[in-house]
Amino acid sequence: MNDEGRNRIPAAEPRRASVANSRPVVSGSEHLAELRTDPIGLMRRVREECGDVGAFALAGRPVVLLSGAEANEFFFRSTEEDLDQAEAYPFMKPIFGEGVVFDAPPERRKEMLHNQALRATMMRGHAETIEREVRELVALWGDEGEIDLLDWFAELTIYTSSSCLIGRRFREQLDVRFARLYHDLERGTDPIAFVDPYADIESFRRRDEARVKLVALVQEIMDSRQESGPVTREDRDLLDVLLSVKNEDGTPRFGADEVTGMFISMMFAGHHTTSGTAAWTLIELLRNPAVLTEVTGELDALYADGSTVSFQALREIPVLESAIKEALRLHPPLILLMRMAKTPQRVCGYDIEPGELVAASPAISNRLPGDFPAPDEFQPGRYAEPRQEDLVNRWTWIPFGAGRHRCVGAQFAMVQLKAIFSVLLRDWEFTPAQPLDSYENDHSKMVVQLRQPCAVRYRRRAR
Amino acid sequence: MRVVLDPDLCQGHAECEFAAPEVFSVPRRGVVEIQRGALPDSLPDTLLDAVREAVRNCPTRALRLED
Repeated sequence: MNDEGRNRIPAAEPRRASVANSRPVVSGSEHLAELRTDPIGLMRRVREECGDVGAFALAGRPVVLLSGAEANEFFFRSTEEDLDQAEAYPFMKPIFGEGVVFDAPPERRKEMLHNQALRATMMRGHAETIEREVRELVALWGDEGEIDLLDWFAELTIYTSSSCLIGRRFREQLDVRFARLYHDLERGTDPIAFVDPYADIESFRRRDEARVKLVALVQEIMDSRQESGPVTREDRDLLDVLLSVKNEDGTPRFGADEVTGMFISMMFAGHHTTSGTAAWTLIELLRNPAVLTEVTGELDALYADGSTVSFQALREIPVLESAIKEALRLHPPLILLMRMAKTPQRVCGYDIEPGELVAASPAISNRLPGDFPAPDEFQPGRYAEPRQEDLVNRWTWIPFGAGRHRCVGAQFAMVQLKAIFSVLLRDWEFTPAQPLDSYENDHSKMVVQLRQPCAVRYRRRAR
Repeated sequence: MRVVLDPDLCQGHAECEFAAPEVFSVPRRGVVEIQRGALPDSLPDTLLDAVREAVRNCPTRALRLED
């Protein structure tokens, strides 16, 4: 008998036709403390105890953690109207400030993401800029010495991202002070923010002080522009453009606070992520000397004909790229991607209610043994044909996320990393300055960074 | 060879149009339009390379090449 006509699915809840299974919950009643100390351990436990869909409690609210291809595909295909990002990242608003990015409506955010600076036409110029920045920083090195990977790559990527995204002129007016303050912002991402983004804790106080000082630095730069007068069209950067925008009464449209917020947000997604990936690529190459030899040989051969970094960084450098991808898989810069459900959802037979947090984890999915054989091993060969594990596992190889919200800067990041290593590995040799197993991430903040000390030694290559 | 689009994923970044303007065009708002959905096998190598690059550069992996 066909009873479709009588048994109509209620229009209000089209996805809730049948009864959902009861959703598994990980052991323990509150997990904020664990998220602040061992987030990957917590997420692993969720998967072990619950499977592809399981919940943990964050400040009394459930977070539904998804893993595996099917659940991840649901997560990454969802629209902003169903799974919203803004409310899921309460720790970002004090950093960006009022009216910026996560304070803007979804439609406006989508427009902002179509960043002109990230378009393919811009990449060659970016590669040149990045090469110049690396060369300027290594020019300060002697024939041999030691660097801290966190400090060094964080400073380098402040210069590269400001120069590429805002402009050469602005970058020229920055120094290490900007990098240090920016670091304090990134440290101000304690998960305590899920309870209170303005809680009276040390890292939040430093975050807020750093933001005030960054605004003062940007104000100084803005003042110097007023004094120096107009520049040629060619030399204009984004700051000049913003300063030229006036209200109807002729007063400047944007103040230092707003400009700083825009710049902080533009640089945020590409800063600690690229910096950390550069550091981890180098660490993994030191841990795997045979791969390092192969990468160095590849670069020496590619550049033997005198071709430029801006040419090669836009093209395939297969062994280096595979090493970077493997560093990204093992040490994804973002370990927890979050959304807030705005509408009722169902995934893998389980219900999600509006107001609940939903999450996917690159740290977990990137190491699923079914998708990535020998998941904890650094094996760049897994990206070569025919394995191509990054492409085959489009919903679980997710260092850049996936789907609608896949990182718009992924291309820029790869060009940047290829340019950085094209300079570093051809001119310098690196050796660890501490036991190889002592390099590790600090997971106490939502922005994951290397734990210091994380030093390596460099020596100019004899060629 | 033909290009397959997953319209759910296209966010209109227009990287494909940059790589292969003969094949892809992206309106100011909306998803990509593929000029020749089924590319013939005899497609000149130059164009096929451009299409491959377009597929590779899609920020949201909305494009796929199928035999």
